[in-house]
Amino acid sequence: MAELVIEDLVVTFGHRHRAFNAVDGISLTVPHGTIVGLVGESGSGKSTVARTVAGLQRATSGRITLDGDDLLRTRGVDRRRRARDVQMIFQDPYSSLNPRMTAGETIEEALTTHGDLDARQRAASVRELLELVRLKWAVADQYPSQISGGMRQRVAIARCLAVRPRLIVADEITSALDASVQGAVLNLIRDLQRELELSMIFITHNLAAVRYIADTTAVMSGGRVVEHGDAEAIVANPRQPYTQALVSAIPRIENAGTDHLLRLADADGVR
Amino acid sequence: MTTRRSGLLRQPMAIIATCMLGVLVLLAVFAPVLWGEDAVAAHPDAIALPSSAEHLLGTDKLGRDILLRTLVATRLSLVMAVAATLMGVCAGLVLGALPAVLGARAQRWFASVVSTWLAFPVLLVAMLTVILLGPGATTAVVALALTMTPSFARLAQTLSSRVGGSEFLAAARMLGVSRGRQFTRYVLPNIAEPVIVNVTTSIGGGLLALSSLSFLGVGVQPPDFDWGRQLSEGFGQVYSSPVAAIGPGVAVVFAGLAFSMLGESLAAQLRDREHRKALSPRRLGPAPVAERPAQTPSTTATERAETTVPLLEVDGLSVSFPGPDGWIRPVQDVSFRVFPGEIVGVVGESGSGKSVTMMSVAQLAPAGAAVTARRLRFDGEDLTGLTPAERGKVLGTRVGVVFQDSLTALNPALRVGTQLAEIPRVHGGAGRKKAHEMAVRALDDVQIPDAARRAQQFPHEFSGGMRQRALIAMSQIGSPSLIIADEPTTALDVTVQRRVLALLRRECAESGAAAIVVSHDVAVLAELCRRILVMYAGRIVEDVDVALLATPERLAHPYTRALAASLPDLDTDRTKSLVTIPGEPPDLSRPMTGCAFAARCAFATDLCRTETPVLASHRHGGRVACRHPQDAVEADTAPVTAPGREEVGA
Amino acid sequence: MTRSTSATGRRPGGNRWLGFLLRRTGRMLVAMWVIITVAFIVLRMAGGDPVRSALGATADASVVQARREQLGLNDPLILQYFDYLVGLFRGDLGASIITGRSVTELVSHRLPATLELAGIAFLVVLLVAVPVGLAIAIITQGNGRRGAETVFTGVTAFIAAIPEYLLGVVLVIAFAITLHAFPVAGRTGPASYVLPVIALSVSAAASISRIARIEALNTLKDDYVRTARSKRLPAWMVYFRHALPNMLTATLTIGGTLLAAMIAGSVLVEQVFNWPGLGMAFVGAITTKDYGIVQGLALVYAAIILVVNLLIDVVLSLLDRRTSLLETS
Repeated sequence: MAELVIEDLVVTFGHRHRAFNAVDGISLTVPHGTIVGLVGESGSGKSTVARTVAGLQRATSGRITLDGDDLLRTRGVDRRRRARDVQMIFQDPYSSLNPRMTAGETIEEALTTHGDLDARQRAASVRELLELVRLKWAVADQYPSQISGGMRQRVAIARCLAVRPRLIVADEITSALDASVQGAVLNLIRDLQRELELSMIFITHNLAAVRYIADTTAVMSGGRVVEHGDAEAIVANPRQPYTQALVSAIPRIENAGTDHLLRLADADGVR
Repeated sequence: MTTRRSGLLRQPMAIIATCMLGVLVLLAVFAPVLWGEDAVAAHPDAIALPSSAEHLLGTDKLGRDILLRTLVATRLSLVMAVAATLMGVCAGLVLGALPAVLGARAQRWFASVVSTWLAFPVLLVAMLTVILLGPGATTAVVALALTMTPSFARLAQTLSSRVGGSEFLAAARMLGVSRGRQFTRYVLPNIAEPVIVNVTTSIGGGLLALSSLSFLGVGVQPPDFDWGRQLSEGFGQVYSSPVAAIGPGVAVVFAGLAFSMLGESLAAQLRDREHRKALSPRRLGPAPVAERPAQTPSTTATERAETTVPLLEVDGLSVSFPGPDGWIRPVQDVSFRVFPGEIVGVVGESGSGKSVTMMSVAQLAPAGAAVTARRLRFDGEDLTGLTPAERGKVLGTRVGVVFQDSLTALNPALRVGTQLAEIPRVHGGAGRKKAHEMAVRALDDVQIPDAARRAQQFPHEFSGGMRQRALIAMSQIGSPSLIIADEPTTALDVTVQRRVLALLRRECAESGAAAIVVSHDVAVLAELCRRILVMYAGRIVEDVDVALLATPERLAHPYTRALAASLPDLDTDRTKSLVTIPGEPPDLSRPMTGCAFAARCAFATDLCRTETPVLASHRHGGRVACRHPQDAVEADTAPVTAPGREEVGA
Repeated sequence: MTRSTSATGRRPGGNRWLGFLLRRTGRMLVAMWVIITVAFIVLRMAGGDPVRSALGATADASVVQARREQLGLNDPLILQYFDYLVGLFRGDLGASIITGRSVTELVSHRLPATLELAGIAFLVVLLVAVPVGLAIAIITQGNGRRGAETVFTGVTAFIAAIPEYLLGVVLVIAFAITLHAFPVAGRTGPASYVLPVIALSVSAAASISRIARIEALNTLKDDYVRTARSKRLPAWMVYFRHALPNMLTATLTIGGTLLAAMIAGSVLVEQVFNWPGLGMAFVGAITTKDYGIVQGLALVYAAIILVVNLLIDVVLSLLDRRTSLLETS
């Protein structure tokens, strides 16, 4: 695992007068073996950062380095080498797995592409990886359509781990899952991170999830990082007005049965 | 593969199509061998005879038997159509699907080539080919292939761009999978089936097109003959012997139909594999109803229950859909009441039946659903025994509905103002101008700035939060006494969500309307509601005062407790693992015995697994369907009323 | 990343619409130019001397030479191409190789007959297919009335498999020759339109009503139809005001090419009914190898089809106000 440094990253979409900066000059460091959370609302540019770091989106300017290796350089880089630098886990486990490959084949694909294991060793590795993400061996023979969303997301995590990447980008990996499954995936990510000392960018719109899982959190809005700090402190004592608005907007169970919302409506000045 | 084959042969249409194709193939192989010579031998003594026992379809201008010629022509007609289609599909796949793995620039370049080619009128391409190569069978085949290529390319392009933009291909690229393997393992398998369906149908179309060319005299040239050529010859003697044109005509239609039917059944097979076809209601028998006998209405211990008449009273509601193996029962035996001015939340995971329940109550269940209830009363009126349409009429404007996805819930083709004004126009008898004014006022009420201008706009010109507010305005415009909101804030950002929730709360407080709010998010309901119904696998498992959510140890059902504890909030202890519920929600398409949650429950006993628990009054003031309520552990029955709660609405 | 128009966002003014129209027209002109050029090259590449082959082997060499001179076929190719383009701009579609008559004149005589036939058939198709598709969809939605569904798909599949010219032949045999109910051929009076229009429209109507049914079924499942039902609007309002426009958009998007293909079908139907339109002249010119007429008429047909496609796109963009169509296409 390694340290990721993003400097003055700009990503522009569109042309000429329609152009706008989805990412507008952000700088961020992910130290070795830590999870950096990236939160923001839709359109804040957080997913664009993820895709750019993962090499799925071209950067307009700026630098991204992993232990000093330039990640934005595209020419003359072996695709397998690049694959071992960064891997991404996607939001929707329904579309991130090839519907025509079984869970086992999906994980094995990563092993065949990287490394020269023979068939028996590969089978053993697939089994190990499934165990690592707390899945039963029988899942290996099933197609994505036959297993639940939570299990699919675990398969996607196993596929990502099979490559042993130096950095993992997790993009809203729990938001497509049911409430009772989300917690389990969060637990899994946290345990794996500790076990394997993963470096990770964890992207979400859920402040509570990021507070629970990340070491530091960067809050994004309009393509910029508006606040960056310790994951717990940033929620407990947000300094920027935007972060404060975000934190105070989170519905809380403690407000159960109160007229909290009516007071908010009054504050908003409805009529 | 084997499952598809066997599935296909279960469809009557597929069987017929396969038999028809079998006949055609047999004729194509054997007819020229058996009758090839007779078909071309001229008989000057038997010219242009009408139908007779010897010549069923008569003879042509040279005295040749038309029936034999029609049978012999099968080979040439079929071979030409198949050859042209195969040429077209191969060229089309290369042009259309390969660029998906070659990168964006190649994709754009190929796309522009294909769209220019598509703009070429089919007729023109065919005629120019004829001019360039001279009329004949080969020309016709090349011409047809040339006109088929761009449409196959477009099909392959559309399909493969879907694959090309997919996350699983992005994941494969990121894994470093080679381009060749991306194409063979990821792109081709995911586009193959629709392409095969299309090829099958296209052979039928190609057959018709080739016969048209021959009919015009620019296709097959004498002495060769296909069905089209025969038809054009037969048409020449239509006055003396009309059957001369009928024979080859029937052959063309027969062959065209065989291929299009096969294509159709292949397509149906594909659809069915994705969504297995449900049995018809007739074969399913009557829809299941709640088994439990009617009991005296259980009191929900809310003090007002004794004195106030409920606005909505639902007892023993079941909803069933026809499934492939029998009825699927997403909602079973649901009973609850809503009092005037009360905001009730319904929480559950996907598949818990929470949305289906509330949509059925609003008489908006999807077509095909069978809704049964022992008792369904709204505002004192009994709805059981009425048809859904009549129930809709009773509910009229007294129930307003807010839907989840505001982009799809508003009609993209109509102005927002028009969609709101419909309600006063239809129900209130308001004039066009009056209704429009009401619509603008309603939009203004939900804080949409510049409402008069906004009313003239289309839904896509609104932002997500504004659309959701417009939907709330729509549900309010008829001054309903009950609002049913289905996941009203799910797609929204937290800051927008907060405004929408505050707005909903305020509207209810001001109009005194009751509301049922469906959500997967307990915290949202905790802030908004007075009482929540927790649903699991189609049943209500707990009905509880919302204030108890703040103290999970006083919740009774293990599922509710876990649900309230499983999601991290801003005070979760970061050093501990999150509380989780093991396992997965059950599959409702299979019959289930006992408590649906038993398989995931730490407290389940054998009794739980065999007997379905009944929702009954519980000491915490609500109702619970559980044999081992967990609040018993703390045993001390605290007073139910939550501190600091004010009276809602009324 | 999608950005919805914010509260202060741009209004889709006339500018954007005009831009869309200009882009579409521009693209059509480019396609037209490509077609003109390809047609020109193909006809010049076709083997041998077109004039010689058109006038026949027995024609006098001096006659052939004179005709070549008259048609400008002795000029360098690039000059011929240039002259041809200039001529097109002036409305000159070229001349017959055999008779030397102007193609423009021929078109002005025969185009109305073809447009009438195709236009009426076009309307018949839309007026029959869309309501039928919607009605069947309403009856068969939610898995109901399996029988109606089977009958509909079976019958339309059968009808769609009958080519126009074959239906024409059958109609002539049945209604003209046997029953004497309608004229056999020609364009004589209102009665003479009946059979050709039926022959041309029935198969397309069957195909489009199938598409319309599928699209209507999808539309009826859409959320906004449920919203309309939640407003307890009368059924006709739900179907005609809320479902129809959206279903029409989807139907035209897929069925548009079928409508354009009816133009090609008209060539065959004209042949069967001896209809004095462009199609008869076109087929005649191909069989007599009169490449002058072929070239001119080919362009007219191409222009008709491109204009039909453009019109369909314009109608679509009017029906579907979502920005996507205006921006991406």
